[in-house]
Amino acid sequence: MTGANRIAGAGRLTPAKTARFRFDGRGFTALAGDTVASALLANGIHLMGRSFKYHRPRGVVSAGPEEPNALINVSRDTARSQPNVRATVQEVFDGMTVGSQNRYPSLAFDLGGINDTLSPFFAAGFYYKTFMWPKQAWASIYEPRIREAAGLGVSPKEEDPDHYACRYAHCDVLVIGGGAAGLAAAKAAAATGATVILADEQPEVGGALHFDTGAEIDGQNGYAWAQATAASLKAMDNVTLLTRTTAFGYYAQNFVAMAERVTDHIDRPQANAPRERLWQVRAKRVVIATGSIERHMVFADNDRPGILLASAARTYLNHFGVTVGRKVGVYTAHDSAYEAAFDLKRAGVEIAAIVDSRLRPGDGLFEKARSLGIEVFTDHAVIATSGRLRVASMTVVPNGGGSKRKIAVDALITSSGWTPSVHMFSQSRGKVAYDAATGRFLPGHYVQDCVSVGTCNGTDDLQAILEEATAAGAKLAAEAGHAEGAAPVPAGRNAIAWTGGMAGAAYGAGPDDSVKAFVDFQNDVCAKDIRLAVREGMHSIEHIKRFTTNGMATDQGKLSNLHGLAIAAEALGRGIPEVGLTTFRAPYTPVTFGTLIGHARGDIFDPTRKTPMHAVEEANGAAFEDVGQWKRAWYYARPGEDMHAAVNRECRTVRTTAGYFNASTLGKIEVVGPDAAAFLNLIYTNSWDTLKPGRCRYGIMLREDGFVYDDGVVGRIAEDRFHVTTTTGGAPRVMHHMEDYLQTEFPHLNVWLTSTTEQWAVIAVQGPKAREIIAPLVEGADLSNEALPHMSVVEAKVCGVPARLFRVSFTGELGYEINVPADYGAAVWEAVAKAAEPFGACPYGTETMHVLRAEKGYIIVGQDTDGTLTPDDAGVAWAVGKKKPDFVGIRGLKRPDLVREGRKQLVGLLTKDPKEVLEEGAQIVADPNQPKPMIMLGHVTSSYWSENCGRSIAMAVVAGGRAKVGQTLYVPMPDRTIAVEVTDTVFFDKEGGRIHG
Amino acid sequence: MLLIHCPYCGEARAELEFRAAGDAHIDRPANIAAISDEEFAEYFFLRDNPKGLIYERWRHIHGCGRFFNAVRDTVSDKFVMTYKAGQPKPDLSPAPGAAPALPADSRPVETYEATEGRAE
Amino acid sequence: MRKYSVFAVAREAMRAHKGWEAQWTSPEPRAQYDVIIIGGGAHGLGAAYYLAKEHGITNVAVIEKGWLGGGNTGRNTTIIRSNYLYEESMDIYEHSLKLWEGLSQELNYNVMYSPRGVMMLSHNIHDQQVFKRHIHANRLYGIDNEWLTPEQAKEFCPPLDISASARYAINGAALQRRGGTARHDAVAWGYARAASDRGVHVIQNCEVKGIRRGPDGAVTGVETTKGFIGARKIGVSASGHNSMVLGMADVRLPLHSVPLQALVSEPLKPIFPCVVMSNTVHAYISQSDKGELVIGAGTDQYNSYSQTGGLQIITHTLDAICELFPIFRRVKMMRQWGGITDNTPDRSPIQGVTPVPNLFVNCGWGTGGFKATPGSAHLFAHLIARGEPHRLAAGLTLDRFRTGRLIDEAAAAAVAH
Repeated sequence: MTGANRIAGAGRLTPAKTARFRFDGRGFTALAGDTVASALLANGIHLMGRSFKYHRPRGVVSAGPEEPNALINVSRDTARSQPNVRATVQEVFDGMTVGSQNRYPSLAFDLGGINDTLSPFFAAGFYYKTFMWPKQAWASIYEPRIREAAGLGVSPKEEDPDHYACRYAHCDVLVIGGGAAGLAAAKAAAATGATVILADEQPEVGGALHFDTGAEIDGQNGYAWAQATAASLKAMDNVTLLTRTTAFGYYAQNFVAMAERVTDHIDRPQANAPRERLWQVRAKRVVIATGSIERHMVFADNDRPGILLASAARTYLNHFGVTVGRKVGVYTAHDSAYEAAFDLKRAGVEIAAIVDSRLRPGDGLFEKARSLGIEVFTDHAVIATSGRLRVASMTVVPNGGGSKRKIAVDALITSSGWTPSVHMFSQSRGKVAYDAATGRFLPGHYVQDCVSVGTCNGTDDLQAILEEATAAGAKLAAEAGHAEGAAPVPAGRNAIAWTGGMAGAAYGAGPDDSVKAFVDFQNDVCAKDIRLAVREGMHSIEHIKRFTTNGMATDQGKLSNLHGLAIAAEALGRGIPEVGLTTFRAPYTPVTFGTLIGHARGDIFDPTRKTPMHAVEEANGAAFEDVGQWKRAWYYARPGEDMHAAVNRECRTVRTTAGYFNASTLGKIEVVGPDAAAFLNLIYTNSWDTLKPGRCRYGIMLREDGFVYDDGVVGRIAEDRFHVTTTTGGAPRVMHHMEDYLQTEFPHLNVWLTSTTEQWAVIAVQGPKAREIIAPLVEGADLSNEALPHMSVVEAKVCGVPARLFRVSFTGELGYEINVPADYGAAVWEAVAKAAEPFGACPYGTETMHVLRAEKGYIIVGQDTDGTLTPDDAGVAWAVGKKKPDFVGIRGLKRPDLVREGRKQLVGLLTKDPKEVLEEGAQIVADPNQPKPMIMLGHVTSSYWSENCGRSIAMAVVAGGRAKVGQTLYVPMPDRTIAVEVTDTVFFDKEGGRIHG
Repeated sequence: MLLIHCPYCGEARAELEFRAAGDAHIDRPANIAAISDEEFAEYFFLRDNPKGLIYERWRHIHGCGRFFNAVRDTVSDKFVMTYKAGQPKPDLSPAPGAAPALPADSRPVETYEATEGRAE
Repeated sequence: MRKYSVFAVAREAMRAHKGWEAQWTSPEPRAQYDVIIIGGGAHGLGAAYYLAKEHGITNVAVIEKGWLGGGNTGRNTTIIRSNYLYEESMDIYEHSLKLWEGLSQELNYNVMYSPRGVMMLSHNIHDQQVFKRHIHANRLYGIDNEWLTPEQAKEFCPPLDISASARYAINGAALQRRGGTARHDAVAWGYARAASDRGVHVIQNCEVKGIRRGPDGAVTGVETTKGFIGARKIGVSASGHNSMVLGMADVRLPLHSVPLQALVSEPLKPIFPCVVMSNTVHAYISQSDKGELVIGAGTDQYNSYSQTGGLQIITHTLDAICELFPIFRRVKMMRQWGGITDNTPDRSPIQGVTPVPNLFVNCGWGTGGFKATPGSAHLFAHLIARGEPHRLAAGLTLDRFRTGRLIDEAAAAAVAH
């Protein structure tokens, strides 16, 4: 037997299939298909959790995703430990370990329960009024203790080994919810040939038909009809039917996100199966068929374990074959609880009494109860219950007072009515409207292409629901372009009615504020807390929510929001619609981070860009640095070398013989067309008309506001063709910037832009021996100074491969940059390496590149400039064409602050102690002894040990810097002050002769 | 995730393919070098930032690469229309309920036409 | 105003908390005020409080379209820090941080300022250069900010993955220990209560429909859904809607309003002891007193007043969070939401005079306005009372977009090379 409370013959589970699990160390046997909640209830266990604030013992309340109390930890192993799982949703699998949460040392005896004793002190918002003395104590004493007591589950401690999948899908009609309404709508839409996706959060479709066993559709039991309908839908090629799939977010333009639980119910999932899958569906039309959620009654002590929703009791009995108790009381303001009582009674469970707060129930119910031998108290209230870890009695009085009667119970089921689930409708930005006649918020004004059907739309009668849903399915399919084919309207009858009931506190739960009548179970919000919030001036429902935390727990107020609103409205003396509703936000139920992430983790969190030479560099012992998405070779340490030694060697080698460098990440844009030069005239500050084919020029590019945006060497390949280079990080935005101006501001220019960054592999060969190294590899080009001087370019063959050979230098040495098609990059690199070897030349990385260019005072945009410098600030004013009538940035450059005296300017810095290497980012002052806050003149932008200069060198931006050359300034460090002399920015080969070979 | 109709590709595609590019119909002054500081600030910085219909630019950066204009409601994020760069600003101010005046060729065109058209 | 204290709470506990009074009153508007603040967020409420307290101007109304603190005050991820780069920024954020440190006592309202430390992760050499620049500038300016090695960073925040094999491995971090978080609603309510106590009128559910000006061009009052209300001076602090409000006085601003999203996880027992930010992978995370992981996402790319945004922004943020903290992959998102941020071209705020006499503006706080709340409010009150900016806010003028004297923190962190 799988539990003493399993009723033989009841429910739909198969006794033959069982699964074993442990709960807080105790072993249990469940039936296949059980949830953790149903399996524990079958064993008479209601106590499944502790509340958030008062740590009150709590039992399961619901049988669905709205569960506020029964939150558990589920694990397969230590790495797969999942906190805050709703026991009402989690299906049991064989071997699972379940633990209770938010209790110490045990669920039955929790030291945190002291909070309950002290609860008069801990009223809503009490923490705003105290813990303020002494001043430091909040952070050091009070807050840590509050944090320990708060929180629910325990975070996983290990990296999640599971993986997650994602799917993008398009369809004509998406149906959210697989109850009677959703199925009928899907059937009607599918009959037209429209592509349909139907998603339902439960393991099987059916929705309310799970418990409402009286309902019949097309002559059969409603649940059986649902399964048959699902089977027929599944068989259709144009239908995707997803169970265990929760639509949790409704975004702009009918974009709906859904989470599918793929393996969490399986004892031994396939190793390659994802745990969950994110569906992102773009639907032409959406049917919202999300049903309704039952509300509890708000009365004193309504939170004891064993007190739960009537529909939940009915689900446990009719679906799982489990009774929630042996002597069950009923407290209701709605007819549907009677059906639960009748079902339990017929299953042999004693019904202690039905207490109905109304004057009379619906037609025939009173008589039917009588005929089943159930005592009914109408116009009565339950004003108290007893029992610490399980409800033991309920105290019943007539509404308005009178003689009390204490009735022993071991479970108490309640219903105050049904709240239509307008979450998805509201998320779609639709406006809900209050229906005063039925006391419900229903879909009002629609913003997106969707339709609500069924009880979430306020439709009550099963036949009306089926008609509405069938019509909607056909209509939306037609709107999506599928008007052919129709499905007959199913015939439904004998289901429960959904309207009626009450919202707010029942008799006895106020106005006297001495009792605890819970509105929000998890967050321990009572009716009196809401009244307190109103007394304290919280008159907006959002203020009341935030002050009391009502509706802010993991269930996001699915049970509590309407009650809270009604109590607030009463306290404010206003109508419910005037008080308003808080916003429904995604997700409908909590969604695993991993599901939202999908595959975007580890190496594919973000693409990694590698150059064609990457593998060769790796084999040569390169260390790599991240530059944007790129991996760039940083330095090539030989055995026994650290980075410092390697860089010093590389720097020396380049200047004494030669080195070769992978410059492939430099951005490259091919600018082609009759107006190419005219276009570059507008994009760069320089003039391009005078540049002859075969020659290169260094260009500066500004934003319209006059600040340096990018720089690079541009080679003119032909009259109408330029090879533009950009910084590594700047390539995409420079391309975007150029396209923007070309397409929208200068569309009259006949120019094409093509990004060629990844088409060219670039090998820079730099140093006195550079020419000798590459000469044997080059065909079809004269490498002499006369034929190919500094700043020129020629099309030739290198290693037999068509190449663009640049004579350019970022080191101040004789240098070439060999551009070859990317596919040949590695081969040419290896050929260069082989040719270099006899000379003792070596490969060098970005660090050496940085040092060598700094020795020459060449700036790096983004390091020596930072988006707030003008060309003049950066010392490259010579690159701004003074006579040009227009270029991007021409006007921005002339604004008052950009031409004022005292702007920061790029200068060189030499430490008085040549061994001292300044820290990049260090600040510069004139007077190191001034009090803080100090007046700072600028900062060190680049700083290196220069092996070639035999000392440290640095570049910096300093206010009025060029006028300060020769002066001593100071760099105050935490432990000492470093004196520096302001210099120009060229530290090596000041005459610049080496570059010309 | 918005769904955006590219007037060059003639297709509605996911926002991931597009990059927003700021307000539309702000022409770079032809005599930009001569304008005053105030006029420059007006041109480059000051914006209406409307709550309601906005005329804005998008680029189909991971598609055809073209910049185009759009009219969108910044409250609902719904696109009223998209149209090619260079087309006049549509006047959507007529009496409520009246159909907006659409540019003559706001009908989608094929991508090749858009690019070939510039090849002369 | 009844003083809040542990004794007051204990006394009320004995009588079912029946004795608490409304934290602020909700009067009908007067015909005329000395000052009207448009926008009942914490900046506006705070400005009203300081006008009353420090400048003796109590005939003040704060006019709020909806509910107090319902804009970005109540929608942000509550990060507080002052380790900015430029003097203009350091001035205002450090001024603010100093006020945060005593704000609970100042207001007699526990705003739960929690200096848990804000740690900004460095992922590459460029980040390191930028962070060092901040650290040195902060130190010389008297603001705490220190460099941590990856190991020190992990010690400070144990869930952090510092393995070198990570896609964007961490090479260090900048830590401001005085940085932290506070309780956002409490800030708005605390200022509202303290301002109300000093005679300020807090008027909710009152939308401004127009700004009326006299023959000399100066403001004379506002047209509202509750009728015309006169004012000698008007301060606008209506984040998310400043363009519309100032537009009523024909003042154009360099703003664009974009959605900024955030999310919280389900509550967990304490696991995350500080605030961590990474600009490189775009992630902001802390854990609230309730136990929720509070995660800030990026902005959407387009102008919008919808207070929602795309799911792809959220998923991208969580990608980054779980790269940095892989143990959180099984944690669940409980709620996501959006706010509307007003962004300036240089991402720094505008606080100053406008071309319209007696009309003042406080806007453009972008994604970082919460941390500035007390400082901004304090300086805005000074601006309104004196008609000219306080020394510490002198650089935040609207005029900087004409002169080009921008305060571009983002550009200072430029990524190129």
